[in-house]
Amino acid sequence: MNFRAVKAIYRYEMARMFRTVVQSIVAPVLSTSLYFVIFGSAIGSRITEIDGVGYGSFIVPGLIMLAIMTESISNSSFAIYFPKFTGTIYELLSAPISYVEVLFGYVGAAASKSMIIGGIILFTASFFVDIEIAHPFVMVSFLILTCVSFCLFGFILGIWATGWEKLTIVPVLVIMPLTFLGGTFYSISMLPPVWQTISLFNPVVYLISGFRGSFYENADVSIVLSLVTTIGFLIVCLLVVRWIFKTGYRLRS
Amino acid sequence: MISINGLTKTYAGGFKALNEVSLDIDRGEIFALLGPNGAGKTTLINIVCGIVNATSGSVSVDGFDIQRDFRQTRSRIGLVPQEMASESFETVWNTCRFSRGLFGKAASPEYLEKVLRSLSLWDKKDTISMQLSGGMKRRVLIAKALAHEPEVLFLDEPTAGVDVELRQDMWNVVSALRDQGVTVILTTHYIEEAEQLADRVGVINHGEIILVEQKDKLMHDLGKKQLVLNLQAPLAEVPLQLKDYQLELSEDRNDLTYTYDTARERTGITALLSDLGEAGIHFNDLHTSQSSLEEIFVDLVKKR
Repeated sequence: MNFRAVKAIYRYEMARMFRTVVQSIVAPVLSTSLYFVIFGSAIGSRITEIDGVGYGSFIVPGLIMLAIMTESISNSSFAIYFPKFTGTIYELLSAPISYVEVLFGYVGAAASKSMIIGGIILFTASFFVDIEIAHPFVMVSFLILTCVSFCLFGFILGIWATGWEKLTIVPVLVIMPLTFLGGTFYSISMLPPVWQTISLFNPVVYLISGFRGSFYENADVSIVLSLVTTIGFLIVCLLVVRWIFKTGYRLRS
Repeated sequence: MISINGLTKTYAGGFKALNEVSLDIDRGEIFALLGPNGAGKTTLINIVCGIVNATSGSVSVDGFDIQRDFRQTRSRIGLVPQEMASESFETVWNTCRFSRGLFGKAASPEYLEKVLRSLSLWDKKDTISMQLSGGMKRRVLIAKALAHEPEVLFLDEPTAGVDVELRQDMWNVVSALRDQGVTVILTTHYIEEAEQLADRVGVINHGEIILVEQKDKLMHDLGKKQLVLNLQAPLAEVPLQLKDYQLELSEDRNDLTYTYDTARERTGITALLSDLGEAGIHFNDLHTSQSSLEEIFVDLVKKR
């Protein structure tokens, strides 16, 4: 194991985050805080409780998920796409490192950033609404699993992308709609039966439901099923990354 | 140090960049790989460094296979790429420190300082790459390649587009590396660079190695030496009794050129001068010239 290489990549990527702190941390925290103000305080005060939880508190887990999924994909896809774009990827490809070490470096750094953002949003939310965490260990597990899985997904996206447009097309056209329709702002039990069934095909439902369940014990689907789905997504991403490095897809000609 | 056997690379589009290339590079030598654009130089380098996958064939570095023992081979190699790729928003110091770490070396500010000073980059260590001139960026690429103390250094067109002063600086760096025992493989369009630096020269064209030879022997064997005589009076034509010398008369009929082989025991110069006197041909001045590596290279590539 080339620990020094992992450390070098991790440190390099984290330095990039602190260099662009407004873009990396302030912007997502600010936009999520605006959701709290609008949906939590302004509109939320006129909405009745959902499953015994105030609306402002109810949306906190979903908003954290929305932020960390978006940030995880954005951070890790940019981290690997930018060296491809500038040509500095040659150094990574010619270095004595395995794909596992590359992942530890890039995905580790991107996941750390997302967890920091998730933590800050949780802390910020506590100023606006009452928050309870019924199962802290499960909550942290979901947070870590989601960050790592979506960073891996972003990493795949960054390798697949051959232009800036492709880099944004999946987060904007796929992830964002799935997240908004995945129960960020509502419980899927509030939907008509047909839409409840359709929603179960949305993988993000399981992530948000499981994460919310760790807060308020009011999950739409069982926490175990949510965990299994999240781990399944993680494994699929790992297998794809392994295939990419084995074949050199869009990395080595 | 590097052993390449039957290396072939065919790209997805069907273009065959390398065809059964075999080559051995000795430890501590400076090897110049010459070839026209698209000859396969960069593909060859990229395969050895792990950036491009070979279609068939094998490469070993210091006895280690580049596929099976990639950690051992890559940690020995430094690469200065042809393209000016830089981490635009990073400082020179940070980007070099990153390179050293990436190759598994413990941090060594002293060593990095030495490298940056040798490349006249020390004053720029806190400058971000995008604020550097093209020449300075090229130096940063070399510093990054040297950051992990490689035993083998690949320089792919290192002085393309740089000024004369920088080129001279780079030549000095390469010479210093040779003195330290580093094996240097250089591709260049500036044949004077190969002529100045290289111990051995390889010529590649259409993905095949045409020739590999000691530079001095190559210039000796394939180089021509010419004696040019500036005549006292213009000559209408070369007299018949001098036809064995295969003399060339210049267009203005004022110069006679005799091409001879320095390797032969007798160059024929003494006999020529004597025969010229007998033929009543007198000259004001004479000088000799030797063909450059560039002329030899152009000649070789044209023949193929």
